[in-house]
Amino acid sequence: MVTSASMTAMNENTTMNETPQSATVTDIVERKTKLGGATVGNVRSEHPFMVAEDVNVWYGDNHAIQNVSLEVGKKEVIALIGPSGCGKSTFLRCLNRMNDTIDTARVTGNITLDGKDIYRKEQDPVALRARVGMVFQKPNPFPKSIYDNVAYGPRIHGLASDRAELDDIVHSSLERAGLLKEVKDRLDEPGTSLSGGQQQRLCIARTIAVNPEVILMDEPCSALDPIATARIEDLMDELCEDYAIVIVTHSMQQAARVSKRVAYFHLGLLVEVDETDTIFTNPQHKLTEDYITGRIG
Amino acid sequence: MNKNQTTRQKVEAGLPRRRRKEFLFRSVGMLATAVGIVFLGVFFASLIADGSTAFKQTFLKLDIELSEDTLAPDGELDLAYADFDGLVRSALRDALPEVSGRSDRRELYRIVSIGASYQVRDLLAANPELLGTTQTMWVPASSNVDMLIKGNIDANVDAALRPISDKQIAWVQALQESGRLATRFNTALFSNGDSREPELAGIKGAVMGSLYMLVVTLALSFPIGVAAAIYLEEFAPRNRWSDLIEVNINNLAAVPSIVFGLLGLAVFINWVGLPRSAPLVGGLVLTLLTLPVIIIASRASIKAVPPSIREAALGLGASQMQVVFHHVLPLALPGMLTGAIIGMSRALGESAPLLMIGMVAFIVDVPGSLADPSTALPVQIYLWADSPERAFAERTSAAIIVLLGFLLVMNLTAVILRRRLERKW
Repeated sequence: MVTSASMTAMNENTTMNETPQSATVTDIVERKTKLGGATVGNVRSEHPFMVAEDVNVWYGDNHAIQNVSLEVGKKEVIALIGPSGCGKSTFLRCLNRMNDTIDTARVTGNITLDGKDIYRKEQDPVALRARVGMVFQKPNPFPKSIYDNVAYGPRIHGLASDRAELDDIVHSSLERAGLLKEVKDRLDEPGTSLSGGQQQRLCIARTIAVNPEVILMDEPCSALDPIATARIEDLMDELCEDYAIVIVTHSMQQAARVSKRVAYFHLGLLVEVDETDTIFTNPQHKLTEDYITGRIG
Repeated sequence: MNKNQTTRQKVEAGLPRRRRKEFLFRSVGMLATAVGIVFLGVFFASLIADGSTAFKQTFLKLDIELSEDTLAPDGELDLAYADFDGLVRSALRDALPEVSGRSDRRELYRIVSIGASYQVRDLLAANPELLGTTQTMWVPASSNVDMLIKGNIDANVDAALRPISDKQIAWVQALQESGRLATRFNTALFSNGDSREPELAGIKGAVMGSLYMLVVTLALSFPIGVAAAIYLEEFAPRNRWSDLIEVNINNLAAVPSIVFGLLGLAVFINWVGLPRSAPLVGGLVLTLLTLPVIIIASRASIKAVPPSIREAALGLGASQMQVVFHHVLPLALPGMLTGAIIGMSRALGESAPLLMIGMVAFIVDVPGSLADPSTALPVQIYLWADSPERAFAERTSAAIIVLLGFLLVMNLTAVILRRRLERKW
């Protein structure tokens, strides 16, 4: 899958050849070798919470991510941007070990959460995913009631000792996801009956109901209209007061609006990481500049 | 094609051909559907025309004197040895007093079924106090009389070519005129087991045998099939072994059913030593037969569960088990049930493997347990279709109607279950 995606990215680049300053395939290959896995900018965070060192991912023979190192700080929003197939979603899925579910995927390197290796033998992926929640590209509520959707996580982890406590968790999660007002009279209706934007907020409520420490968001707004997108972005602003958020996005405006830092991926390499302002006003790498000015992507 | 034509002209030039093709395809489709419907109609019409008469049966009204002299000559009634035939015969003589002479009388006795004697015996067994009274009873006529009344035997053909003589026809007419002959609902068809006498033969033994088998098949194949499907789909590693298993399961679904019968004979009867002709063994064989169907249907419905639901649950920290039992299984269940019921329908209609394990035997008793010898509906149909008596023809059709009724009920259940469960998501 990733092979074809990166091929597409390459093809897109070749078709972009009309303008002389844009990157050609040879160009990119050359830069890639020149790059040698070293990332421009600053991969360090002031208060590192989740730290990835030299992460490599293979899908079968396809080297999807090469030597990526990145720190995610406490209570910060970091955006991963880059053209399709560049490995940003793959990297995201390493952070809560969702890649474990793919038989052919192989991950090397070191990823720590609060100082502890999440790929160590004793680490139960189930426990990890309770700490590192995930929101997906397409809203995917369970075909259950709104209440049961939010209550599912607390239930399987045994977070509530009685019904009243569970009610509290469900209500506060919906409240924080900004959905409570809209659904409080119809908690027993199916989650699938909500609109797309509401469904995505339901998924966010479901994720925060488990009270994770990090929230991963894989293009959470790509299936939503601008109004719903704006609501989710507001929500992210509030949530980052309590959680570290890693968001993959295709929209540079969104990255600029919500994130503190931005990481630019290209063909499996982490090209540049820096403060959002620096990336968008003064990118150091040519590829980053090409991408944010719309020449590749 | 002219190069100077515009795109629009080219498109328009091609339109008639496209329309013609579409019209042709539609016509062929409609024709195919129509042919299918006609065949189905002919099938049902002939089945109902042939079989519906079997639900009625000709009875004779006889005044049977339960005389103590005949039944209990030594003052004690012995149901096993009492001469019930004699009672029925004398009642028949009384009904048609004009018949005289040994050979005529012997011919006369043949218009009543042997079932009449059983009926008298059963009456006395249930009510011994009736001894010495005279009872007016409706007793079954012989199958030849029944066929004559139903018009299946033509009285106008040469006497040598029909199983009923001119004299018998005359007596039947006389009985009819005196109101001693009538057709009534054929309860024997539903309350009796098999019999050599068509007028006494019923499908109860076969129906019970089929039901016992289905219970065994469902109880074994559904849990095993669903468990196998879940394991193969959700837990088993993808490697050469799982591929091999998958190919073999698909092949098993295509194995001729009689082979499963041979396997059942070799393993369950010869090796394990289970009784022959028993619904238990039949059920085990049909389990082997339906398992691949259920596994394939269950795997398909598990595959149809959107991966996003799995990811959502995994992302919340659900274990693999919890993902399967909280999310995948509820969504896949309607499809699994449908597959199971379709498998059951196939099992219900199977006869070939049952022949191999002895369920084709002539069994009069209705089975009372899983180990009793029994037969099954499709085998009963086969047995009756094989019988020379004219009256078994209509019973064959009647048994087919009952079997189709069963299948219809099962398929309807499948549809209703699917609707119910899907609405509940």
